[in-house]
Amino acid sequence: MEQNHETNNSKPAKLSRRKILGGMAAAGILYIQTSLGKTLKPVLPAKWRKSDTSPNDLITPGPGPSKVGGRSPYERPQRLPSDISSRTPLQDLLSPITPSDLHYERHHGGVPNIDPEKYELLIHGMVDKPMKFTLRDLKRFPAVSRICFLECSGNFRSGKENMTAQEVCGLTSQSEWTGVMLSTLFREVGIKPKADWFLAEGADAAYLTRSIPTSKAWDDAMIVYGQNGEAIRPEQGYPARLLLPGWEGNMNVKWLRRIELSDQPFMTREETSKYTYPVKDKIRQFSFEMDARSIITSPSYPAKVEPGWHEIRGLAWSGRGKVTKVEVTTDAGRTWQVAQLQEPVLSKAHTYFRLLWYWDGSETEIASRVTDETGYTQPTLKQLVDYRGADMGGYHLNPITSWQIKRDGSVLFKPESRK
Amino acid sequence: MHNLRTGVKLIWLPVIAGLLWVSAAAFVAGRATKQGNAVPATDTIPWPASFGLGKAATPAEIKAWDIDVSPDGRGLPAGQGTAAAGKIVYQTKCAACHGKTGEAEAGVKLLGPALVSDSVFVGRKGNTIGNYWPYASTVFDYVRRAMPYHAPQSLTNNEVYAVTAYLLNANKIIPANAVMNAATLPRVEMPARKYYINDDRKGGPEVK
Ligand code: HEC
Repeated sequence: MEQNHETNNSKPAKLSRRKILGGMAAAGILYIQTSLGKTLKPVLPAKWRKSDTSPNDLITPGPGPSKVGGRSPYERPQRLPSDISSRTPLQDLLSPITPSDLHYERHHGGVPNIDPEKYELLIHGMVDKPMKFTLRDLKRFPAVSRICFLECSGNFRSGKENMTAQEVCGLTSQSEWTGVMLSTLFREVGIKPKADWFLAEGADAAYLTRSIPTSKAWDDAMIVYGQNGEAIRPEQGYPARLLLPGWEGNMNVKWLRRIELSDQPFMTREETSKYTYPVKDKIRQFSFEMDARSIITSPSYPAKVEPGWHEIRGLAWSGRGKVTKVEVTTDAGRTWQVAQLQEPVLSKAHTYFRLLWYWDGSETEIASRVTDETGYTQPTLKQLVDYRGADMGGYHLNPITSWQIKRDGSVLFKPESRK
Repeated sequence: MHNLRTGVKLIWLPVIAGLLWVSAAAFVAGRATKQGNAVPATDTIPWPASFGLGKAATPAEIKAWDIDVSPDGRGLPAGQGTAAAGKIVYQTKCAACHGKTGEAEAGVKLLGPALVSDSVFVGRKGNTIGNYWPYASTVFDYVRRAMPYHAPQSLTNNEVYAVTAYLLNANKIIPANAVMNAATLPRVEMPARKYYINDDRKGGPEVK
């Protein structure tokens, strides 16, 4: 057998019931080859009989080891795609890391196919030495790994009761990213003192561009090529993307091909026509940090609850640092209780919260609100409307999200009006 | 003699180590400065001045890749165009997705967003170049890099100038006979510019 000796165990290789029965029929006697290549005498009972200990008809060995694993056929979490984005099934996640194939997507010209051998990153403009780096070069620089969330700043949907957490705010996900600190590369090319901004440009069909303050590079910006231990997914910017922990998703330019240092922002379409929003009679521009936000993901629509004990679970995060507190109400906002935070609580990272809850069968509403380390507490939609005005658009909205618990145990989203 | 000197050195060692520690701490503290001495505090081996990776980019390589345009006109290429020439570009290469005139039409769902309106600020609903865009340079930059959607970067610079002139004129920002080029485009004043403010929130309890 081609199996090597390291995987030395006595389990029969590639043994199906059909093969066994066929073998028995053909020879009346069966030889099983082990991974060691030894031939064993048959050990089968005289006649097949139903097992007493298993719900299955027969206990038969399952498939052996394989090159790439997959999910259990009973688990089918899926992104929810539209023409321009796909959403993470927040209600199906059990802990803060989003499986890479469920990470949300938003792109403006589709997913490009980039050959890593041909990939190059150009850094130029107000620098001492304009340079090009291959993917190999990027990987040879000192590397760093960091867990943080990404969130599209257009991540709020409302309007009907039959909405899942995925539909309401599934444009956020979390990965462990690996790459080189942008400051390491900036040190290599030498940044001119007046270069307060840089342009990041993607290699997708939109050649998407954003202006970013250079201070973010000295703080915590990275160029990442790894996601959850492997190469980043094409939808996430393969082979390399910009990562700006805590800052709006659109700025974390994917398929990064070019960085240009300048003394002023470039005023690209993505930071003027898009990703800006009316505040009273003005247009607010350059909202970088994602404001603190939380959502209960269990129970949430379309779950049904039974009277008795439940653990309310959900996600909380802030683009400005750590989550310091999550409060949960189970009586439609009359009282709030402090939920437990899953350690470790990381800066600019999705943080799980949990709170025990006894549902007595009466109608109510449940909701969560987060406070971050700057002292900011997640607002209600009404608070946002009161300050910004009803025509505030859809960017940078982080309202408290309530779920209605009906008498029959059904859980429904609570849409709120902006007026 | 030799031994004695070594003995002296040994006595001084803790002091020297202390000094080294202080200078290393100062070096690490310098990390967040603009000089870019970005040395992670965890590294046990001092970083070289340069890792010697990557290669110098030539002016020709930079020129081939550098297509962005800044509000002050930096990056605008040679060439020019007028609204009349731009109308032909628009009708043949843009109208299929953005509508006959670029204006929103009731009941018609277009593949691309409306591009034309008057300059009355209406918030985000119905936002267009005329009532929402703060800089004319952005029209040129975006159309040149990303449009037409199915065939980006297929227009000549003259076509981009022309269709930019057409869109600015249709939005009633420049007259019909205005010539758009590297000198005139940065001088176009956009009506919505006055509405723009920077986000000044810095965290803390206030909801804004
Ligand atoms: C195949 C359809 C299609 C064609 C043809 C097309 N566009 Fe577009 N255009 C789009 C789509 C879709 C978007 C929105 C892209 C996005 O949001 O990322 C867009 C966006 C734009 C925008 C930005 C609008 C905004 O409000 O931000 C401008 C300006 C524009 N197109 C100009 C043009 C011009 C000029 C042409 C012709 C040279 C053209 N387009 C041809 C589909 C098209």
